[in-house]
Amino acid sequence: MTESTYRIQGATGEWEVVIGLEVHAQVTSNSKLFSGAATQFGAEPNAQVSLVDAAMPGMLPVPNRECIRQAVRTGLAIDAQINKWSRFDRKNYFYADLPQGYQISQLYHPIVGEGSLTIDADEKAGLPEAKVIGIERIHVEQDAGKLMHDQHPTMSYVDLNRSGVALMEIVSRPDMRSPAEAGAYVAKLRQILRYVGSCDGNMDQGSMRCDVNVSVRKPGDEFGTRTETKNVNSVRFVMATIEHEAARQVDVLESGGKIVQETRLFDPGTGTTRSMRSKEDAHDYRYFPDPDLLPLVLDDAFLEDCRQSLPELPDAKRARYETELGLSPYNAAVLTAEVETARWFELLLGETATAQGKAPADVAKQAANWLISELFGALNKLGKSLEDSPVSPSAGAELLALMGKGTISGSIAKQVLEKMLETGDSAGAIVEREGLKQESDTGAIEAKVDEILAANADKVEQYRGGKVALFGFFVGQTMKAMQGKGNPQVVNEILKTKLG
Amino acid sequence: MSVDTATVAKIAALARIKLSAGEVEAMVPELNGILAWVEQLGEVDVTGVEPMTAVIPNTLRLRDDVIDADPLTGGGIRDKVLANAPAAEHGFFGVPKVIE
Amino acid sequence: MTDLTDLGVAAIRDGIAAGTFTAVEVAEAFNANVAAAQEALNAFIVATPDKAIEAATAIDARRVKGEPLGKMGGVPIGMKDLFATTGVQTTAASHMLEGFVPQYESTVSQKLWDAGAGMLGKLNLDQFAMGSSNETSYFGNVISPWKRNDGGNAALAPGGSSGGSSAAIAARLCPAATGTDTGGSIRQPAAFTGITGIKPTYGRCSRWGVVAFASSLDQAGPMARDVTDCAIMLEAMAGFDPKDSTSLDLPVPEWAAGLNADLSGKRVGIPREYRMDGMDADVAKSWDDGIAWLTDAGATIVDISLPHTKYALPAYYIIAPAEASSNLARYDGVRYGLRDLPEGSGLQDMYAATRAAGFGAEVKRRILIGTYVLSAGFYDAYYTQAQKVRALIARDFAEAFEQCDVILAPTAPSAAFALGDNTEDPLKMYLNDVFAVPASLAGLPAMSVPAGLNREGLPLGLQIIGRAFDEQGVLNAGLAIENRAGFTARPAKWW
Repeated sequence: MTESTYRIQGATGEWEVVIGLEVHAQVTSNSKLFSGAATQFGAEPNAQVSLVDAAMPGMLPVPNRECIRQAVRTGLAIDAQINKWSRFDRKNYFYADLPQGYQISQLYHPIVGEGSLTIDADEKAGLPEAKVIGIERIHVEQDAGKLMHDQHPTMSYVDLNRSGVALMEIVSRPDMRSPAEAGAYVAKLRQILRYVGSCDGNMDQGSMRCDVNVSVRKPGDEFGTRTETKNVNSVRFVMATIEHEAARQVDVLESGGKIVQETRLFDPGTGTTRSMRSKEDAHDYRYFPDPDLLPLVLDDAFLEDCRQSLPELPDAKRARYETELGLSPYNAAVLTAEVETARWFELLLGETATAQGKAPADVAKQAANWLISELFGALNKLGKSLEDSPVSPSAGAELLALMGKGTISGSIAKQVLEKMLETGDSAGAIVEREGLKQESDTGAIEAKVDEILAANADKVEQYRGGKVALFGFFVGQTMKAMQGKGNPQVVNEILKTKLG
Repeated sequence: MSVDTATVAKIAALARIKLSAGEVEAMVPELNGILAWVEQLGEVDVTGVEPMTAVIPNTLRLRDDVIDADPLTGGGIRDKVLANAPAAEHGFFGVPKVIE
Repeated sequence: MTDLTDLGVAAIRDGIAAGTFTAVEVAEAFNANVAAAQEALNAFIVATPDKAIEAATAIDARRVKGEPLGKMGGVPIGMKDLFATTGVQTTAASHMLEGFVPQYESTVSQKLWDAGAGMLGKLNLDQFAMGSSNETSYFGNVISPWKRNDGGNAALAPGGSSGGSSAAIAARLCPAATGTDTGGSIRQPAAFTGITGIKPTYGRCSRWGVVAFASSLDQAGPMARDVTDCAIMLEAMAGFDPKDSTSLDLPVPEWAAGLNADLSGKRVGIPREYRMDGMDADVAKSWDDGIAWLTDAGATIVDISLPHTKYALPAYYIIAPAEASSNLARYDGVRYGLRDLPEGSGLQDMYAATRAAGFGAEVKRRILIGTYVLSAGFYDAYYTQAQKVRALIARDFAEAFEQCDVILAPTAPSAAFALGDNTEDPLKMYLNDVFAVPASLAGLPAMSVPAGLNREGLPLGLQIIGRAFDEQGVLNAGLAIENRAGFTARPAKWW
């Protein structure tokens, strides 16, 4: 695996960028990590807050099994070591979104140890090769509440709905060397989390946030001092953060300055990072084991149950689509990018195979091409997602079967699809009603071809004289005469034969 | 280990307790007395001893993922949560404005 | 007519059940005592006579219908103001929580109300349970009903932190009260005032709704005038609570029914390290009396060693403040309690001002110690070391309990001291807990029973420590002492 070639051109030479990412992913669960309050996004302020979340005197935490399970499932999905013995620690600091005055987290003994994920090669994005990015650990911790600063002239408003929601903190190794690698890592991680179902990955809702650690060095040197830019909430912003921050650091260093290890914020408006108001003592979190909780011990049965519950993961699925179903790498990537797409495709594939009495591998290309080239486009025009498609997988399978049996041509199928989306009727009903069955009878086609050739004798001469491009003209004319219902293969064959 | 006024001031800041200069001064000998006394723990041979992690051996129970299963530890009790708030504003807790 | 306020838990409960008197009569009698003593003793932060009558009325109604009355049916009690009580101010004796009215009830207090008890009021205590003399309360000192026999009239400490509880019981303001014990706060005040109190095994009583001081040490427990009463009340208080992750998931034994003062076949351990140089002569004698009594009850006496005893107090004064510094971080003026917002201050200034104004000196001292020992560079030297020493102390007990079934020791190194005697030097105050703290660190059940009076006419207590989960063994040994000590002394009424 060759090292990344991404470099910043400075006045004193080339600089390499070193990137590590800490992703905070909200765990998909009904209730919070240590209390029974609900976790759903968008509730009225403080409507989903228990006495425990509000840190009333005498309140105590009790951990949610599902949150633990989701963390373990995620760890298994990144091939990580699961720590059967782990512990919760308190991270102590004062802020209005932290009611307890400490966050329950896991510093010393996290639930998940070392793992990794692979970012795919993507020439267009500047990633010539696939690359394995190491993940140091995943631990479980409480999310904080939310502060609003723009509701009142002299007060900030605190909403604790989010306080206590479970987070997985996924810490990468500092293995990334370019904004593209970092962007690909975040995208891949998000994809895995959505496949596993442990986080919905909605970065704009804040379900997934990135802390971006950036440092620069001359190639071959030791790691430089890094800065941390917190709460970056899109892949694009992650990449922009890195570009800006790395350039800023190079400027500082080349002017003889030193990089201050500090926390920064990314401003999407200006595309720049700025230092957060200094919290001088903010770094002494005085971590110690939470005495309200006992060590967390997981048995083999629990781990096995988590393992069994995992779906086919994106890389494995994509590989299987290529090797077993014969799909192109591009199509396989498109179909597996989102777990919902793959799920829809597999339903379509199953129904298509059944409808045509064939093995899935034999109809896979047809189904994939139709889904990608036809249905996606049509849904896009209607502003609908695949989840809201008026055409179901079985309806699509019926349409594909009509094509597969030669009942309609590909171009007719496009029209049928539009009608299906408009009316909600089935493909079969539409074809029947509008008489769209294609004409495959060689006699009927021959008759038409003869008519066309007769009517265009001059062009026939030109064609036979060498103007082979005219073939398309004859095809078009024939199809027009047949109201588009001519079986294209048969038309082609007969024209070829007659034209010579 | 002993502390001086600068250290005491620093700890007080960490603990968010405002102490006057006089109070800081007064704390120094008090804290040093206690710290000197607890130093003797360093005499104990703790080779091979693990720090205590659970007072009475017990396992951490995991709770079922049910919303508001127990009303005492569930949500939907905004009025109770805000009942003792020094500054409740439209369903929020009001605090002096923070600039980030 | 018997003075109802001379009756204990069992006698009140049984008398009501038998129809000898009504619960309301009992509640009224104690309400009167509470009101009359408030100015002199300051045992209560807030009295709730209406609540006591309300609970008593309900019990009387149930009795008339022949319905069950509960283990504490009709017994009015004092509730240490560390337990959250719905609709009734809960302060932890601190200005920080003055006016705080919980919208929830602690598990332990709810269990007591469900068992038929009524609330006479919220009892005074050392602020946030930090203290050994009830001299750190924002609401003023509690004065012990006891006086020395020297005619000097010095105001004495009732012990702490459950000083309001111990004073109230000794003065017959209530037959029983809840206490909490983190480093001796049930046992030492019980010893100082000649009453009985037990700290059960860690996890036996739920901590949910109890204002937290040191999470790995705090335990609720009953205080009353005899062992039987404590057994009854502990049964009502104890039990698994799924809202507390450290709660023991074990059935509650029938301790009262299981009381047996015959100690034949039992071995009583006498820890040699507890016999300290310069030990008070009366305390030493009381210990010897205890040995004789338990021998008389049929026990064999065994000399045992708890080698790390002298390190228990310093370990405690690292671990407890460390946990407290974190537990008390929530008192910040944001969501409840005091808010001090000086002109033009921002959020962090509000924290600093609120906490400066809200916390008393001892609380601040412990928060600072705790913050320091957890801070970067010191964590391993102090906190980790203390937790290792704690593990050794627990091991000492485990090994000792291979040779004995219960351990006998004094509860406190002296009888009650005068208010103000130990307030100059915090360390001097801490040393009061030298005998009590080891059992706290190990999470073991331990109780104090009155053994006799010292030369000044003040009560001395003896402590029994048992194996984890063996409250029965501890109560039984306590009963054996109680039966033989013949302790009937009570403070002469001056309030």
